[in-house]
Amino acid sequence: MTAGNVFFAVCSIAALLGAMGTVLARNPIRGAMGLLLTIVGIAGLFLKLNAQFLAAIQLIVYAGAVVVLFVFVIMLLGPDAGANDNKTEAKATVSRALAGILMAGLSIATLVLLLRSADKPQRFGFVGPEHGSVEAVGQQLFTKAIVPFELTTALLIVAVVGAIAVARSRHQTPKVKQNPNPTRRFFGGPLLPRDAGRPLGGEETP
Amino acid sequence: MNILGNVVEHYVLLSAVLFALGGIGFLVRRNVLVQLMCVELMLNAVNLALVAFNRRHVGDMNGQVFSFFIIAVAAAEAAVGLAIVLSFYRLKQSVFSDEADQLRH
Repeated sequence: MTAGNVFFAVCSIAALLGAMGTVLARNPIRGAMGLLLTIVGIAGLFLKLNAQFLAAIQLIVYAGAVVVLFVFVIMLLGPDAGANDNKTEAKATVSRALAGILMAGLSIATLVLLLRSADKPQRFGFVGPEHGSVEAVGQQLFTKAIVPFELTTALLIVAVVGAIAVARSRHQTPKVKQNPNPTRRFFGGPLLPRDAGRPLGGEETP
Repeated sequence: MNILGNVVEHYVLLSAVLFALGGIGFLVRRNVLVQLMCVELMLNAVNLALVAFNRRHVGDMNGQVFSFFIIAVAAAEAAVGLAIVLSFYRLKQSVFSDEADQLRH
């Protein structure tokens, strides 16, 4: 049992516990924390797989941005975000059946994969430190994958504009009622002779 | 030397379990926020499988580059999805996907 084995075990158990917490938690905040645990576990597994750049990106983008966004929205919605949904979940029989089929199918498929390869599991070969480094990934990103990389910028800008457009309130902000008297509007007081004797500011009183 | 964590099958098994958990959560839960979190979980599982398979190919970064793009798409999806959740909450005062039934009748 080497340190690498222990690291893999700890990271995978953390990812599994976090995923179960995400699915089972009644409180969405706890679900978000479970998602965070899963993300950190998967970042650890990326490190074990010699993908240092992706591990850093995973922590920055997911743990630093996406989970914070989720927590922000949950806090914004307040107690309504975690209201009890037992009533509607009780009648979700079709969904439960589909979920069971999904779980069974994936388990059987992976078990078949494991059993077929159990006779000769192929260990990972040795790779140098350049595998998964910023230089290696960036070199591929800016040569072979340059077109999708540039399209990603368009995707992100469209997503930002779309998010703002969708989340913005439809209601017009109530306009401040304007004083029809231009003198009062600009100077706040009776500067013209025709306004003398009338009360300052506010509405015109007849 | 122990083989745990040094063959691609372990990572693929873990990835499949995570994907199935995310799918179950998406299908069974009715809270839109939790459903979005489960979608993120499934995307993470796919990323793990891609990086694990890429580990077998020394000197080739295609899997990791693909995973990079998936992370970018997931971030955009989370932003737009949460904006839709906010808009939906403003419309219905609820975060349950059962309430989204205006196209039903």
